[in-house]
Amino acid sequence: MSDTTVEARGLDLVFGDVAALSEIDLTVARGDFVSLIGPSGCGKTSLLRVVADLAQPTGGTILVNGTTPHAARLARAYGYVFQAPALLPWRTVERNVTLPLEIIGLPKDERRARACQQLESVGLAAFARKFPWQLSGGMQQRASIARALSLQPSLLLMDEPFGALDEITRDGLNLRLLRLWEATNLTVLFVTHSIEEAAFLSSRIVVMSARPGRIVEVIESDLPRGRDLDIRDDASFHALAHRVRTALRAGHSYG
Amino acid sequence: MKESRALPIAVALAILLLLWYAAAVALNWTQANGDLLATMSLAKPLLPAPHQIAVEFWNSTAGQRIDSKRSLIFHAAVTASSMLAGFALGVAIGLLLAILLVHVRVLDRALLPWIVASQTVPILALAPMIVVVFGAAGLTGLVPKAVISAYLSFFPVVIGVAKGLRAPDRLQLDLLHTYDAGRRRVFTVLRWPSAMRFLFPSLKVAIAAATVGAIVAELPTGAESGLGARLLAGSYYGQTLQIWAALAMASLLAASGVGAVVLLERLVIRARGGRL
Ligand SMILES: Nc1ncnc2c1ncn2[C@@H]1O[C@H](COP(=O)(O)OP(=O)(O)OP(=O)(O)O)[C@@H](O)[C@H]1O
Ligand SMILES: [Mg+2]
Repeated sequence: MSDTTVEARGLDLVFGDVAALSEIDLTVARGDFVSLIGPSGCGKTSLLRVVADLAQPTGGTILVNGTTPHAARLARAYGYVFQAPALLPWRTVERNVTLPLEIIGLPKDERRARACQQLESVGLAAFARKFPWQLSGGMQQRASIARALSLQPSLLLMDEPFGALDEITRDGLNLRLLRLWEATNLTVLFVTHSIEEAAFLSSRIVVMSARPGRIVEVIESDLPRGRDLDIRDDASFHALAHRVRTALRAGHSYG
Repeated sequence: MKESRALPIAVALAILLLLWYAAAVALNWTQANGDLLATMSLAKPLLPAPHQIAVEFWNSTAGQRIDSKRSLIFHAAVTASSMLAGFALGVAIGLLLAILLVHVRVLDRALLPWIVASQTVPILALAPMIVVVFGAAGLTGLVPKAVISAYLSFFPVVIGVAKGLRAPDRLQLDLLHTYDAGRRRVFTVLRWPSAMRFLFPSLKVAIAAATVGAIVAELPTGAESGLGARLLAGSYYGQTLQIWAALAMASLLAASGVGAVVLLERLVIRARGGRL
C-alpha cells in the first residue's frame, strides 16, 4: 500500500455553471488528520464525495490508496460519516453497526463481535439494544462513527459530523476522535466550519474558498500529539487558529 | 387511559342510537298510521329501528344452521372467501407493480397513468364484464369475484408501497452505495423496511376495498349466496330488515379484516421497538 492515501491533481468538479471544485491539488499522507475548512458552498462536501466515489470529477486526477476512488470504494477502503447520523430507525444500534458487515457477508458471530468492539470504542456498549430514536443526537453520531469504523477502513471521511451538536458534547467527541486517531493508523479527512475544531484535531488544515471552490492554503499543525482540550488555552493553539482565520479571510476577499 | 377512551365512544354511540330512533319514528310514521310503538315494529319499515336490526341479525345467525341458506354466517363465509382471495391477489399485484414502478423508470411513466385510470372506471360497470369474460373461459364462482375484489384492492397498495419504497433519503442511499450494495440489497435492507410505514395504511384501505369488491361482485353473477346476494334479494322483496342485517354483517366483515391488519401492524411495531 502506498504512503499517500489521497492524491488529487488539478481536480475539477462542475455542476452546470457552478464550479464546485477548481484546480484542487491535495495530498493526504497515510496517518494524516486533514481538516477541510471554508465558507459554505466552497466544495468541502463535494471533495469528500469525489474521494468516496459518490461524485465523478469533471477534470483532473485523483487516487485513493493508490487506486481510483471506484476501486477504493469496492475495496471498502473508507468509512463515511455523514453530516446527519443516517441510522436506520428500525434497526437497533447494534444492527445499524453490523449493517455494512452484513452487506459484505461476514458471519453473524463476527458481526456481533466487531459491533461490540466498535460500540465499546465510542462508549455506546450499553446502548447496543436501543433504537436510534432512543439516543441523543451526540450518541447517534457516535453510533454512525462506530458503523463507519466497523469495516475497519484505513481512511475515515467525516462531513461536519459534529456540526449539529452543542459545544460541550462536541468537545467530548473531538477528544474521543483524537484519541481514536492517535491509537490507530487511521487517516482522517474531516470537514468542519469551526476553526477551533480544525485546530484542535488536525495534523494539517486545508483552507478553502468558494466560487470557484479552491484551496487557499494548507497549514501544518505544530501542536504535540497526545494533546487534550486544555491546549486550547495555549499560545501555540491561538497562533494556529489565528493562521487559519487569516487564511479564511484572505480566501474570502478573493471572490 | 381506558376510561378516557371508552367514555367518548359510549357517548357517541348513545347519541347515534338516539338519532336513529328519532329518524325511524319520523320515517315510519305514515306507514304506522301515526302509532308511535308501531313505528318500531313494522315488518318492512322504511328505516328499521336498531333493536329490530339486532333481533334480525341474531335470528339469522344464532337462529339458523350454519350451512342453511338462511344463515347470515353462511353468506358471510361465501363473501369472506372471495374477499380474502381478492385481497391476497390484489396485494400481490400491488406489491409487484410498486416494485416495478420504483425500479424501472420507463414503467413509472408508462404504467402509472393507467393504474390511476383503472380506478376511475366504475366497478359496477366493470364487474359484469369481468364475470362474462371469465365465464366464457369457464371460470365461475370464486375466481371472477376475487378478480373484481382484487381490482379494487391493488390500487392503494401500489400507490402506498411505491411511495414507501421511494421514501429513503439521499443520505441513506449514498450510505449503502459506499458499501457497494446492489439493488436487491438496497431493496431488502432499506427500501422495503422504509415502506412499512406506508404499507399498513394501504393494507387497511385495501382490505376494506376488497370487502366492497367481493359484495359488488355478487350482484351481477346472480349469485344465490353471499352478502351481496342477500342485499339484492332483500331490496328486491323490500325486506329492509334483511338488508340492514346483511349490511351489519358486511361492516363486521370489513372491520375484522382491518382488525387483522392492525394486529399484524402491531407485531411489526413491536419488533421495531415501538415505532413504525
Ligand atoms: N448535486 C449538485 N448539483 C448541483 N450543484 C451542486 C450539487 N452539489 C453541490 N453543488 C454546488 O456545488 C457547490 C459546492 O457544494 P458543497 O456541498 O460541496 O459545499 P460545502 O463546502 O460542503 O458547503 P457547506 O459548508 O454548506 O456544506 C455549491 O455551490 C453547491 O450549490
Ligand atoms: Mg457540505
